[in-house]
Amino acid sequence: MWDYTDKVKEYFLHPKNVGVIENADAVGDVGSITCGDALKLMLKVEDGTEKIIDAKFQTFGCGSAIASSSALTEMIIGKTVKEAEKITNQDIADYLGGLPKEKMHCSVMGREALEAAIANYRGIDLEQLKEDEGPLVCQCFGIHEKFIEKVVMENSLKTVEEVTNYTKAGGGCQSCHPAIEDIIEKVWKEKGQYLHVREETPRHKPAMTNLQKITLITETIDKEIRPNLVQDGGDIELIDIVGNEVFIALRGQCASCTSAAYTTTSIEDKLREMVAPDIVVHLESD
Amino acid sequence: MNKVIYMDNNATTKVDEEVFEEMKPYFTGLYGNPSSMHTFGGQVGKKIDEARERVARLIGAKYSTEIIFTSCGTESDSTAVFSALQAYPDRKEIITTRAEHPAIMSLVPHLEKQGIAVIQLKVDKYGNLDLNEYGRYLNEDTALVTVMTANNETGVIFPVEKMAQMAKEKGVLFHTDAVQAAGKVPINMNDSAVDMLSISGHKLHAPKGVGALYLRRGSRFRPFLKGGHQERNRRAGTENVTSIIGLGKAAEIAQAHIDEENTVVKEMRDRLEEEILKRVPRTILNGDKKNRLPNTTNISFEFIEGEGILLLLNELGIAASSGSACTSGSLEPSHVLRAMGVPFTAAHGSIRFSLSRYNTMEEADYVIENLPPVIERLRSISPYWKDGRPTLEFEPQFN
Repeated sequence: MWDYTDKVKEYFLHPKNVGVIENADAVGDVGSITCGDALKLMLKVEDGTEKIIDAKFQTFGCGSAIASSSALTEMIIGKTVKEAEKITNQDIADYLGGLPKEKMHCSVMGREALEAAIANYRGIDLEQLKEDEGPLVCQCFGIHEKFIEKVVMENSLKTVEEVTNYTKAGGGCQSCHPAIEDIIEKVWKEKGQYLHVREETPRHKPAMTNLQKITLITETIDKEIRPNLVQDGGDIELIDIVGNEVFIALRGQCASCTSAAYTTTSIEDKLREMVAPDIVVHLESD
Repeated sequence: MNKVIYMDNNATTKVDEEVFEEMKPYFTGLYGNPSSMHTFGGQVGKKIDEARERVARLIGAKYSTEIIFTSCGTESDSTAVFSALQAYPDRKEIITTRAEHPAIMSLVPHLEKQGIAVIQLKVDKYGNLDLNEYGRYLNEDTALVTVMTANNETGVIFPVEKMAQMAKEKGVLFHTDAVQAAGKVPINMNDSAVDMLSISGHKLHAPKGVGALYLRRGSRFRPFLKGGHQERNRRAGTENVTSIIGLGKAAEIAQAHIDEENTVVKEMRDRLEEEILKRVPRTILNGDKKNRLPNTTNISFEFIEGEGILLLLNELGIAASSGSACTSGSLEPSHVLRAMGVPFTAAHGSIRFSLSRYNTMEEADYVIENLPPVIERLRSISPYWKDGRPTLEFEPQFN
């Protein structure tokens, strides 16, 4: 069961501003039945002041989609179109006391509907907007590049999982994950940060002298492996290195740990990654 | 919320009072290890043997030693699959279906990585298999066929006996996940070609955390968990004594009540289903109306989303489940409904009611009375619905 806040529950069970505005000044339709949620946002805007004097919605979707839509209408009534334009998806989530991370896309849908409605109010051709969406990235949910870029930028997203939670992109067949990784890296690069989202390939070092190898193994144990074990009240002792065979003993909590075999495997994985792919670790027992 | 109308018995079931009573002495009193040499432990071993016999009787096994206790249905499934692959290392194919439980489905990418070709048989719109297609895939490279007895989402029953016969003729091992079927429909392994069969305790009024794997005497087998000599070296690890005793008792009770499932429970299910389909427009029954478990109904309510339905039912004290994307945390609706080709307009709004002998006709009537307003309320919010019918006016440009 989702851990919804009381406010989300309240806005789902007793949503405000459900319905239709006949002759609305602005309409924003987003989503699709295939993807599992859709929202129709309708606005009444006062002439001259451009103040939103009424907002209503209809939503097809889960509890948090309905709650987000209702919250959005409450947030924008009384604001001018210009003021409303500044509302972000995070603002909608915050208004509800937060949303489960897997449900953030509900707040993004609200924000999208608002954008579409404002574009409609200003007489901007939706077809034109669509052309600016960039290439299609996620086939399963029909999500385009520009949209993902924007959401990554606005919400400082760093992983594919987060992008999926916010936009649904990548939540189906997963074949677009590399493309999403590229987008994340591109956005952060523009922000001046170099992220490496994709898992790095193991750094296989070129042939080393025995001395270099021993030094690297000792370093890896000291810097990468021991700190983790010490955290769990254990320790590791390097006993000997013969060719590619590394003999170790586990101390402290680790010595009696029932998952010693698992620990050995993960130590071996680490050494294979950092030193050489053919390292074999032997666990010495006292 | 005081009383819950629990109609989610394919998810888990209430532990039967008698089952609980049977288990109680083995927590603080008779806590010995069944493997011990002393009487204090040995008597527990005898009680486990009794449980083994009870489970064997429920599924009509000829020998009680054909029952291996495990920790759950998933463990039983994994044991069967990996045992077959290890026992027949030269065979590199597995046949299964597109409607299996995640316990089998999730193994597919893992097996494929190991170079095993996994054939997933198609299902038609009623959830039934094409046995001709199956027959074409069976060959001497097949290490195992694993096909569920009854589907957890729709209740649809697969013709496992016929399929097992076909596998036997080709000398291929056959496993079935009977987690949903055991205790609801009769199973008789003594007169069957099935080699391995999984069951789970908590689906038949025993506690969670215990399952069993039936392994036909003489079948090739490799243990999944290695260690001690428990379960005749076929499943290491000190026995979950109390739960195994509970499973034994639950099996005995299930066997005594099996007719009730097909009369009393079925009658409640049928009434619930018929009335809902009659009272609510634009509904679709998912699955094969005739060929399915007596306790399960899976109904799609078009143009609304399942999570909303569940949350409103929850407010009324009704517990059910949904195949919608939003309830699973994934973004796509149930793989079973998609495999059946249920349209997205319906898949997102699917609700499963799964009953047990603890439900009453009054409860069914309560759901019948209270469900239609819930559906109406959500449809009144939906942009795909207008004046009591679907509307095509809403077609967003952005998605």
